[in-house]
Amino acid sequence: MNNTNDPIIRLIEVSKRYGKFEALKEIDLDVRKGERIVVCGPSGSGKSTLIRCINRMEEHTSGQIIINGHELTDKTKDIDAVRSEIGMVFQSFNLFPHMTILKNLTIAQRLVRKTPKAEARDTAMHYLGRVKIPEQANKYPIQLSGGQQQRVAIARALCMKPQIMLFDEPTSALDPEMISEVLDVMVDLASDGMTMLCVTHEMGFARSVADRVIFMDHGQLIEQAEPETFFNHPQHERTALFLRQILRH
Amino acid sequence: MSVGIIMDAILRMLHGIGITFGLLGLSLAIGSIIAVLLLLMRISGRWWLSWPAQLYFYIFRGTPILVQIFIIYYGLPQFDWIRDSMFWSVLRDPFGCAIVALSLNVGAYVSEIFRGGVLSVDKGLLEAGAALGISTPQRFIYITAPLAIRISLPAYGNEIISLLKSTALASTITLADMTGIARTIVAETFAPYQIFISLALIYVTFTWIIQRTIRWTEGYLGRFTIR
Repeated sequence: MNNTNDPIIRLIEVSKRYGKFEALKEIDLDVRKGERIVVCGPSGSGKSTLIRCINRMEEHTSGQIIINGHELTDKTKDIDAVRSEIGMVFQSFNLFPHMTILKNLTIAQRLVRKTPKAEARDTAMHYLGRVKIPEQANKYPIQLSGGQQQRVAIARALCMKPQIMLFDEPTSALDPEMISEVLDVMVDLASDGMTMLCVTHEMGFARSVADRVIFMDHGQLIEQAEPETFFNHPQHERTALFLRQILRH
Repeated sequence: MSVGIIMDAILRMLHGIGITFGLLGLSLAIGSIIAVLLLLMRISGRWWLSWPAQLYFYIFRGTPILVQIFIIYYGLPQFDWIRDSMFWSVLRDPFGCAIVALSLNVGAYVSEIFRGGVLSVDKGLLEAGAALGISTPQRFIYITAPLAIRISLPAYGNEIISLLKSTALASTITLADMTGIARTIVAETFAPYQIFISLALIYVTFTWIIQRTIRWTEGYLGRFTIR
């Protein structure tokens, strides 16, 4: 249906309002298949809202969001089907606390994809292996460290074999020593050709992995560029100020 | 007053155990089903469903169970159309009336307990479920419900215990539950003090057993909260 050159995600003049507050102001953005994008910006700049609109966790107020050729509107019949193609990783992990790790990884496959039990289990174990914690399969989330929980959350999203992965500040809730184990998994995923949108403050990750870095402020997309240009020659004063603030130490 | 009479009385009162626990079990089961329906109405987000559920809750919380039992047992049979309806086979019988009254009550209170449980489930978990493509009804069944039940359990247990004691009210409409039998024995022996103390001890014992069972269930359902 759609050409391989067509963007897998296309945002056209997307705005989002909460009452009078404009969280997003006419955002235009195209993401190609396999592209890795890091979204950064000060808190309240709308970066989380932006990626949450892409799987319709938030409904945009105006403009168009087109995922893989399907436009998201309130008439979108099967939003669950669209969502199952978009993996999402949250700041607070959000593992189901009453299910074992294995069950966390198989439940959506079973319910949404109707995958047979054994196959769902194999897929789960494959991705648990990939995030390097297969031995934790039968534990409950609370028995794992934060870093391990977040890796499980990534594996859980991957079990649905999504075409796009969204990361909403995946390392912000982690103790410093656990950040790198999660970033390693994300780097590994990036090298695999996954289309990724990451909201993160990990500028090292942005530098080494991103194809494009996007800077947002006050709901607007201020600047986007390759990491090299973005970090060394920011075009806008606000971008430069932000970079000076977060890279000061 | 000899110990013999008390032992005798206890054994006779225990004959009412079937009716007492029949009332408890049936009205708990029916009431819990009503509670889930009311809960779904409350959280449906549609006013024409949530308002009737709220009205129901106000009516049953706002009136004594004893009065409700009297209305159902003495009041309803005055209407011809009720005597002609399919409900008459239940409502002509004091046991049926007690079940109806207690179930309707349990439904009101337990739906509030469940609602508290449902509201306390972390919204992030439901978002995670939604992001995986799990549908709204399935999110309720597989994520919200199990967690809400775990959270509701202590309050639900209290409700079971308070229901056990409410069943004693059924003795006022001629039912021979444990309390009903005790009243008969008192009328025969003129020994209210000993008989009612014995009855109280029986209730305390059963309450203790129920409480232990709920504790154990809480521990079992809460196993995922232990590191």
